[in-house]
Amino acid sequence: MSNYNQEMIEKYRGNFLKEVQDNVEEGDWVKMCMQCGVCSGSCPLGPHWEHPPQEIFMMIRAGKRDEVLQSSSMWMCTSCYNCIARCPRGLPITHIMHGLATYSKRLGLAPKNQPTAKFAQLFWDNLTRTGRVNELKLGLSLYFMNGFSEGIKTALKMKDIGLGMLKTKRMTPMEILGGHGCKDKKGFHAMLKKAQEIEEARIGKSGS
Amino acid sequence: MSEVIATNQTILVVGGGISGQTAALEAAECGKQVILVEKTPSLGGRVSQLYKYFPKLCHPKCGLEINLRRIKANRNVRVMTLTEVTSISGDAGNYSVTLKTSPRYVNENCTSCGACGDAVEAEFDDEYNYGLGKRKGAYLPYNQAYPERYVLDPAIVGTEDAEKAKAACKYDAIDLDMGEEETTITVGAVIWATGWKPYDAGKIQPYGYDRFANVITSVEFERMLDPHGPTGGKILRPSDGKEAKDVAFIQCAGSRDKNHLKHCSRICCMASLKQTTYLREQFGDEGKGTVYYIDIRAIDRIDDFYQNIKNDPNMTFIKSKVASITEDKETGNPVLHGVDTEGYHRYSNPHDLVVLAIGMEPSVPAGDFPMEVVLNEEGFVELDEANGAFFAAGCSSDALDVNRAVQSATASALRAIQVVNKVAGAEG
Repeated sequence: MSNYNQEMIEKYRGNFLKEVQDNVEEGDWVKMCMQCGVCSGSCPLGPHWEHPPQEIFMMIRAGKRDEVLQSSSMWMCTSCYNCIARCPRGLPITHIMHGLATYSKRLGLAPKNQPTAKFAQLFWDNLTRTGRVNELKLGLSLYFMNGFSEGIKTALKMKDIGLGMLKTKRMTPMEILGGHGCKDKKGFHAMLKKAQEIEEARIGKSGS
Repeated sequence: MSEVIATNQTILVVGGGISGQTAALEAAECGKQVILVEKTPSLGGRVSQLYKYFPKLCHPKCGLEINLRRIKANRNVRVMTLTEVTSISGDAGNYSVTLKTSPRYVNENCTSCGACGDAVEAEFDDEYNYGLGKRKGAYLPYNQAYPERYVLDPAIVGTEDAEKAKAACKYDAIDLDMGEEETTITVGAVIWATGWKPYDAGKIQPYGYDRFANVITSVEFERMLDPHGPTGGKILRPSDGKEAKDVAFIQCAGSRDKNHLKHCSRICCMASLKQTTYLREQFGDEGKGTVYYIDIRAIDRIDDFYQNIKNDPNMTFIKSKVASITEDKETGNPVLHGVDTEGYHRYSNPHDLVVLAIGMEPSVPAGDFPMEVVLNEEGFVELDEANGAFFAAGCSSDALDVNRAVQSATASALRAIQVVNKVAGAEG
């Protein structure tokens, strides 16, 4: 566990709701939930969540810090916004789910092998390298996310689509050699660095 | 119109439902002059469309009967039906009010024999039954209608049907030359008892009221129980006419929801609990009710009622706001989807029929008032000094059950009496 996590545990000892309100995007709204269950029932991926949103809100209020932050549930959100559209209290549920996921990642508590979390990291790393998404590399790294043999199997399964994309020039094999980037790569990286500094200053994160 | 029917010591009551009747009678029985105007062809309002009251489970007809007798017996009340208020100007103690009276096309010769109704052919959705049944183009709005006089639907006037009705009438009661009339009167105070309307259930998209025949509203369900109603008093599914023995009730349908009505409509919990008793009444042990709720708000003294229903093994309570409804194409059953709050179990429950405990909204939308009136954010009339002697009674002031609506009506009658007493005092 990171120092940051320890720091937060000590700061909010026992008051997880307050911790969420202070640190999670739109976390202030959690206390407004009236436990009607429309969000959970409206979620297209609902059956695959360990804890549906309604339960997560109750768990936050019940102080179940580890269970919530280590859960894979909020990583299941696909941002369809059905819950936000239907919530009778107007909670920005999608944003809260992403906020919780971000916060758990920042604390180092996000589940290691959760596919959404893994893909998000792959995507981010791929994008930030050149300022442009390298679809060939992203696709390949996605195929091989779960090991070499799994990757070969997936690649073979998808080969027709891949060849079709090559043929119609939707994808070029040259991308494997670094690939295209944005015009001012240096400026782009400076911007990201600055953004990270601002973010860290905002959350008052010491070290790391 | 030259006949003086009101002075600034007169109280105008707008709306002939239970609240308007109460306010008019309270004031009239204190000796005040009252004009009671009603937009539809007869008095009674939404209470006349109920099968039973909660919590006593008695029939509203007898209370209405008593009120109508009091109105008929009291020479201080003048009833004007088919009449709307188009404008109000002036101040407390001296308002000038313009009334618009639509033609009934039937005069006081009518004995309500029904010959005109038999003669005409055109049929229309029956408003009294929330469109569940049809009525003729010449009709008595409902059995207990007062004035007990037929009315011609304006849509048949000028057609052959109207001539048929006229020819069928033995009493020369049909007058096709009647036109719209405008009357300007002076009154001292206005009691606004325009009541409520059910929220438009079609707007609650996930519940499919507009798509699925077997999803109905609580007010429609109430009409089914009327022995003279569209189903002859039987609980039948609109899709296939089969008996609906397994009925789901969805609470807060439109209420307590920022996408619809923000307020709690207050009556729906008790209304649904009451309606579960209809199932047992009709089907005995075979009647099954399931109530889906956020929390049951059986207000104040009537928690006993809730506890009794809860103890009935045929009634199930599921703490969950239903997320969506789909339809089983084969059986026509609505299937309710959601997650319950007590254990977070995911369910997909089929039922024979779904009743949406629909919310109450003010029947007059903000902006449609005949004068400037202070409303709250839900559109109900506030008790505010700026409203002068314009007092709301019943559901135009808040979402109320009948009991509270009547109390509210009595209170506004008292307020109006004080205003006209002051006028009388000043005039000596």
